[in-house]
Parts: sequence; C-alpha cells; structure tokens
Amino acid sequence: MNWWQRLLRRNKMEDQLERELLFHLEQNEKELIAGGIAPAEARRRARMSLGGPEQVKEECRDARGTRWLEDAWQDFNYALRTLRQRPGFAAIALMTLALGIGATTVMFTLVNGVLLKPLPFSEPKKLVAVHGQSAQWNVESFGKQNVAYLDYLDCVRSSKSLELAGVLFDSGTVSEPGEPEYAEVREISSNLFSVLQVSLLRGRAFLPEEDHAGGPPVAILGYGFWQRHFASNEEAIGSSIALDLKRFTVVGVVPRGFRLYGGDADVYTPLGQDTAPYLQNRAVHPVHVLGRLRTGRTLAEAQAELGLIGKQLAEEFKDTNGGRTLVAEQLLPETGNVRSTLRLLLGAVTLVLLIACANVASLLLARAVSRERELAMRVALGATRGRLVRQCLTESMVLGLSGGTLGVFLAAGAIQPFVAYWPGALPRAQEVQLDWHVLLFAAAISILGSLLFGVAPAFRASFSEPEKALRAGTRGIAGGTRRLHSAFVVAEITLALVLLVSAGILGRTLLRLSALDPGVNVHNVLVARMALSPATLAAPAKTRAAWKDVLERASRVPGVESVATVDTFPMREGDNEQAYWTSADMPPENKMPFALLTSVSPDYLRVMGIPLRRGRFFNEKDTLDSPPVIVIDEVLARTAFGAQDPIGRRLWIPEMGYGGNVFEIVGVVRHVRHWGLAGDDQAKIRAQIYYPFLQLPDGFMHRWSQLMSIAVRTKIQPLGVLASLRGALKGAASDQVLYDVRTMEQLASDSLAEQRFLLLLFGIFAAVALAMACIGIYGVLAYLTGQRVPEIGIRMALGASRHRVMWMVLRQSLGMILAGVALGSGASWAAGQVMLKTVEGTQPTEPSTFVLTVPILIAAALLASFLPARRAGRVDPVIALRQE
Amino acid sequence: MQPKSDLPQGTLDLLILKVVALGPVHGYAIAQRLEQVSRHVVQVPQGSLYPALHRLENRGLLAADWKETETGREAKFYKLTAKGRAQLETETASWERLTQAVALIMKLSEGGAE
Repeated sequence: MNWWQRLLRRNKMEDQLERELLFHLEQNEKELIAGGIAPAEARRRARMSLGGPEQVKEECRDARGTRWLEDAWQDFNYALRTLRQRPGFAAIALMTLALGIGATTVMFTLVNGVLLKPLPFSEPKKLVAVHGQSAQWNVESFGKQNVAYLDYLDCVRSSKSLELAGVLFDSGTVSEPGEPEYAEVREISSNLFSVLQVSLLRGRAFLPEEDHAGGPPVAILGYGFWQRHFASNEEAIGSSIALDLKRFTVVGVVPRGFRLYGGDADVYTPLGQDTAPYLQNRAVHPVHVLGRLRTGRTLAEAQAELGLIGKQLAEEFKDTNGGRTLVAEQLLPETGNVRSTLRLLLGAVTLVLLIACANVASLLLARAVSRERELAMRVALGATRGRLVRQCLTESMVLGLSGGTLGVFLAAGAIQPFVAYWPGALPRAQEVQLDWHVLLFAAAISILGSLLFGVAPAFRASFSEPEKALRAGTRGIAGGTRRLHSAFVVAEITLALVLLVSAGILGRTLLRLSALDPGVNVHNVLVARMALSPATLAAPAKTRAAWKDVLERASRVPGVESVATVDTFPMREGDNEQAYWTSADMPPENKMPFALLTSVSPDYLRVMGIPLRRGRFFNEKDTLDSPPVIVIDEVLARTAFGAQDPIGRRLWIPEMGYGGNVFEIVGVVRHVRHWGLAGDDQAKIRAQIYYPFLQLPDGFMHRWSQLMSIAVRTKIQPLGVLASLRGALKGAASDQVLYDVRTMEQLASDSLAEQRFLLLLFGIFAAVALAMACIGIYGVLAYLTGQRVPEIGIRMALGASRHRVMWMVLRQSLGMILAGVALGSGASWAAGQVMLKTVEGTQPTEPSTFVLTVPILIAAALLASFLPARRAGRVDPVIALRQE
Repeated sequence: MQPKSDLPQGTLDLLILKVVALGPVHGYAIAQRLEQVSRHVVQVPQGSLYPALHRLENRGLLAADWKETETGREAKFYKLTAKGRAQLETETASWERLTQAVALIMKLSEGGAE
C-alpha cells in the first residue's frame, strides 16, 4: 500500500489493528485458562503482558509512516473549527489577506504578462534582433538603429548561423473594399512567418519568388483588418484590395493577436517588391532585422559572425558604413517605459501585503495569548513543542491559503478592468492573463505570508511555560507579548505612512503639473491625422495643390476659425529630431545639440494659440523660390544665442536635405511643452524649430504627406465640427480620410494620465493601509486593555479618575503611533527618492507633504484607539476586582 | 526462574524475520515462538512486537493477510516477502560477523586478564 492508500483506508486499518490486538489478548487468555488459571486472573495477566492497548496502538500508528499527514489533517480540521468559533476574527483576517494577496496578484499578473513572459513564438530564445551600431548614432534619443536594406540583403547572403528576416514599416490608404481607411503596412521578407514559426490563419505566406522587384502584387491581411473589411470571410483569399490605388491579391490572413514590434499591422506586402530609391542607400537604415538561430548555432556565434559582416561592409563602403558595426542580441518584447511604473506599483502592493500580514499577525497573537491556557493544557497532556508549533502554523496556513484563494478570485475579476484603465496602451496587454505562473506566485505569497504572520504566535505559544500559564489563569501577560504586539502596530503604521506620503507626493505632483501652461491654447482645437487621396500623392504638384485645397475647404466649414497642417504635434507620439549648429564649422553629429523639427502651414500659430515673441511667423510668401527660413522657440534662442537677438541669424541643420541645410531665423515663438505637461521639463531634447511646409522640395512631398495632420481651431465645441469637416475633406474620389482624431484638451489631459492613474492607485493603497493599520491598532489595544482590566480596577479603586485611565490607554497607543511615524518618515523619504526617479514630473519631497499626511495618520490611529480607551474608562472597579 | 535480560537494540526485527521465515504466522504465535525459542532467557516485550510488525510490513519486508486459524478464528497472518528474505539474509550475515567479532574480543580480553 502507498502512503496515500494507507491514509485513505485509515478507518479500515484502525479496525484491523483493534482486531489483531484483541485476537492476541484472547489467545493469550485462552492459553492461560487452559493452564489452570482463573478467567479473571488470566485476563489480567494477558493485558499486563501486552501493555496498555492505547499505547501499543499509538506506536503501531507511528509505524505506519503517515502520522504527519494524519496530524496535519487533524490540525486542519481543528483550525477550521476554531476559525468558525470566531467568525468576526476570521472574516477580518480573511478580508485583509484577500485584499493584500489579491492586489499583489493583480500587479504580478501585469509584471508577468508585460515583463516576464517571453515572446509568444516557439523557442523565443533562438530569436535574434540585429541592429546597427556606430558612434554617430544617439541610442538614447532614437533607440536602437535599424539596418540599411542593402546591408540587410548582404547579411542574409552571408550569415551561416542565422536565418534572417526583414520588416519595413510603412503606411497607406486602403480604398477598397469598404470605406477608405488609413492602414498600417508592413513590408516583410517572404520568410518572416517561417522564421517566427507562425502559421497563417488562412491562406499562405509569401513565396520567395514573390519577394523581389516585379513580383506579383500580393498581400497578407492583419486579423483586425480582415474582420473589418471582409467580415472574417473565407473568400478574402484570392480577392483584391486597393492600397494606395495599387491592386494587391490577398493570399493570407495572420492569426488573431499576431503582433511584432508591439503593434498590430493591417496589411503585409513583400519587402522585395519595394523599389523606392532610399532603400538602395546604405546611409538610410529603415529595416528591422530579426532572425532565428539555425540548429546547433549559438547567439555568441551569431554575434561574432554579424560583427565580421559589419566590419567587411564598413571596409567595402567607407562613405556610408564607416565606423558602423552590426550587433545581434536576443529579440525581446517591446515594453516601452512601463517597467519602472510596474515595479513601483508592485513595490506599493507589497507594502499593502506586508501591512495585511502584520495585521493578521497581531490579531492571531492576541488570540494565541488568550488561548494560552488551552495550549498549556495540551503541553501538560503530552503534546510536544514541535507539535504545538505545527498546529499553530497549520492554523495560519489555513487562514493564509483561504485568504489567498479569495485573493486570486478578486484578482481574476480585477485584472481586465485594471488593464483597461491603464493610462495609454499597456504594452503586451493581450499577454496579461491569470496563468499558472501567477497561481504559483499567489500560492507562494500566501504560504510565505502565512509563515510571516504565523511564526510569532506559534513560537509564542510553544515557549510559554505551561504550569505558570495554568496557574496564572487569564490574567498573566508578559511584557514580551506587549512588546511584540507593539512591534506589529509600529510596523503597520510605518508602512501605512510610506503609502500615505507617496500618495501625497503624487497628489502634489499632479496639482503642480495640472497648473502648468502647455504653451499652446488647448481649448477648442481639434487635431487629426490626414491621409490624402492616393491619386494626389503620385505627383508633387498634385500633392501641393491637394494640401492647399484641404486648407481652403476646411476653413470654410461652419464653426472653424482657422486651420493649419502640421507633421508632429505636441503631446502626441511622433517627432523629428535633428542636430543643429550656429555656424558652418560643425562638430561630429553626436556632439551637436538636437532640436525638435515641425513642418507647418502659416496659420499654425493662430490655430495653436502660440504667442510670437520676436520677428514674424511664416506666410504665403515663404515658398520654394524664397530663401529657406525657420522660426525657433525661446529655449533654442536661449541655448544657442543667449542674450543676443537671433533674428537674422542662421542655423545649420545638416540632415535637413534642402535649402543647402542652412536656414535663416525669422522669428522666435514661445516654448511648447511637446513632451507633455509632466515630461517636458526633464526631456532631453526641448528646443524647437518650425519650418514651412511650403518650402519643402518635391522629393519630400510624398513622405511628408503620409505623416501630415491637420489642426483646426473651432468657434464651437471642437468635436462638433468633425462630421462636416470629414465631409468637406473627403476629396473628389471620396478616398481621403481623417483618423486618430483628438482634441488638444484630451492630449494635454492624457499627458498626465500616468500621474493621475498612479495617484488613484496610491490613494487606494494608502486608504486600505490606513484602514488596516486602524483595525490593527484597535485589535491590539482592545486586547491589551482587556488584559489590564483587573489592573485598571485596582487603579480606579485607589482613586484614579476615568480620564486618567483613558489617558493611560491612549498614551500607550500614542507611543506606538509616534514610533511608527518616526520610522515611517525615514522610509517615506526613501520612497520619495524612488518616485523622483520613476514618475515624470515629481519633485523632491517637501516637508509640507509630511505636514499634510502625518496628522491624517495620527488622527485615524487615535480614533481607533479611542474605543478601547473609552471601554477602559468605563471599567467598574467593583466588578473588575471581583473577577480576580 | 533466572532474571531475563533485555533484547539488544535492533535485534527484534531480525528475530521476527527469522520466525516469519518458517511460514505464515500470526502475531500471537510469533510472540509464543520467540519466547519458546529464546527459552525464557530473553525478554520480548509483547507491547513492542506489534509496532515492529507494522513497521516491517510498512517497509515491505513482511506481507499480511487475514486468514482463519485452525480454531476457525480470523487472524492476521504475516509472511516474508522477497525483499524481506533478502533483508533477513544480509542481516543474518552481519549478525554473525558481529557476534564472532564480539566473541573474539571477549576471548582476547580474557586472555589479557590472565
């Protein structure tokens, strides 16, 4: 029999044991009687020689080897019984734990989904990303450098250790079937899906023969696009779509949830068919390159190999590739900047969990002390210390695991709303799920928590001296226990204060940031990206005319005050960062200062309400034929020219690509908080340069038009003009679209979404922590005061007034509170330093934050102490003394 | 009757295995046999017999069955398993080595005393 069989057949085994021993006794008795001994005496002797039947049975049970489990089962049942006896205690403890564990589980689910899970492809460790690396490239502001198309092709040819695939980001307008729609396009190499080992949902991947210039125009659809435009219809395969007026035959559909580089694409086309001239330039690096290690190859081999290829390319093409190497590293999920936020929140919920544990520990301890006699009785009856510790720990395990189970249920309900409420889009949100990792984590923290809050009461119970406890009755209370109790309360207050102060810091940050001026007048401005009719993009002249037409039509829409075109917006993703210098004598680019460049139409200042400080802004006379001009902001004026007047001075912008890269400054405008209310002050690149769209040469028209947005200042509520604006701008072929529509007010408010979100969470955490700490204080004081009733009775009999007694209790509580506040202040200061690093826009912790939050804590804690104190004051000395 | 000496530690298991090796037998009979064989020299505490039997059964050295005795009563009969037989052999061998060694030492020290 296995141990579990033995355990399951426990009753049968007990029965057999009984029968076996009985048989022995009867046989012995019979033989003795046969030997001439009187029956009564025979029975006595038989029993004598076997020994005490219960002891023999116990030893036999021990011999079974399942003793520990039987004991555990017994302890478990006992724990359930004792919890049921005190439903109030059980409810508070369970709720506390469920909250603590639930909150921690939610945060861990996020951390797990966003930061810990590998990419959702098979053997993700074998996937490799390839980047360019050179001294000229500023990784901090631009991220990792991609690879030139021709370099990518050379890598594909030369690499033995990697199977490489390339992805190029593009966009376009799909005009058929269905409503015209702006589409995210990915040009991909034909082997992308096989490298990722992703099989398509419908149809097939691209064929190698489709992946070169002149190949048949084929496309693969994104899942969402397939749903929207083909209603998930099978017949999509083989039908065609019109992308930028070109017909593509649909050959496949990607599976639902397929994402690469963090985003969802609408249409995939073969990379090899793209004949754009810039792809032939090794100085332009647009291709995302990834690969899979071939069987038996290691990452180190791939790194060495790519390094070598990069070096060869650098020697062969000195002009474009000099000083550039290629590096390979494991392909990792894109998680943006949420890492630090998630860590901050995980830290905060851990504090909540610790408070919960301290709370339950002090409650358990109070109970353990009141159970002292029971435990002493058990020791007297022969229970060992180890056995008692085990029993107490089993109780806390039962509590911890039930609380954990409740917590997991809470978390399961809370995760999706929480992800939905996350400010902006949580990267990898689709990966955030309650999986076995999370369950394991929840189980682990439940057990750890149980140990944390169970150990003190358990050891407290086992080390008491039984005969003293039995003799002393319920009256004895050792100073040690009081100190232990106080320690828990102090810990709770410390942790609660950290959360309160953190919430206070965030609150102040939000208040300060909200009061900041974004630099633009955000009221009544509507912004939207705009895709021109694909037909107009074919010829630059047509494109210019189309934009002129757009501005004219939009300005005639009722409710519209002024309108402008612009490529990048403040407080919205997307920017154009370039190096500039104030003379022709330029240092290497990585030593030069950078500025944000924005191409605008003349009415931009009026639409955005940006004040002009000096000189002039652009007008209709700034055209291709006039000298190239720019307008700078105050920040650039100050950094580049100091107190001098910048008007009439020139800036050299080497990567501009027109006007000889030298521009005359004609005006200075106010600084705009491009990076949002929170982020702008700390942003690396703040200086701003505006240049007129009208001066862009023909070569820029196509690309710039793809990135263009329109901004409209309205006389009425901005979204009110949207419908008529859409109607007015849809173009002759009804294939011009406005997308990503926002108001500037939304953008400004979104730029503080993270701070608001954190404040809300920390507010909730702090409130929960405060409530728990109050419950803890109340529980401990009520208990301690209860223990002191006889003492209070004597004091009152000797003449102490009610107020004096109450003050005695409050003083005890105040001592714990102040100790907690002192410790907590230090810890809060440290928490403030962490915030300073993680939350944009935070400033060093000011004393006033403490002045505002500490009294809240003290007041709440005193309130919680007041009830036990009042009860102490109402003690009737006569009754108290009679209890003695 | 001479005073009986206690059983050396660990030998009870060996004795039980030896007795059970003769054929299926119930607990009471084992106790009887042990007492007879040891000719009342060695004290076999009956109380520790059953825990020992259960321990051996638990270790898979003994197997047990409920069968009728000659008198028609149901009793738990123990028999040796293959594992038990192997264990008996190794333990017998090591017991013999031990007793020889002890005997040798005793003789030596007697010699020394002379």
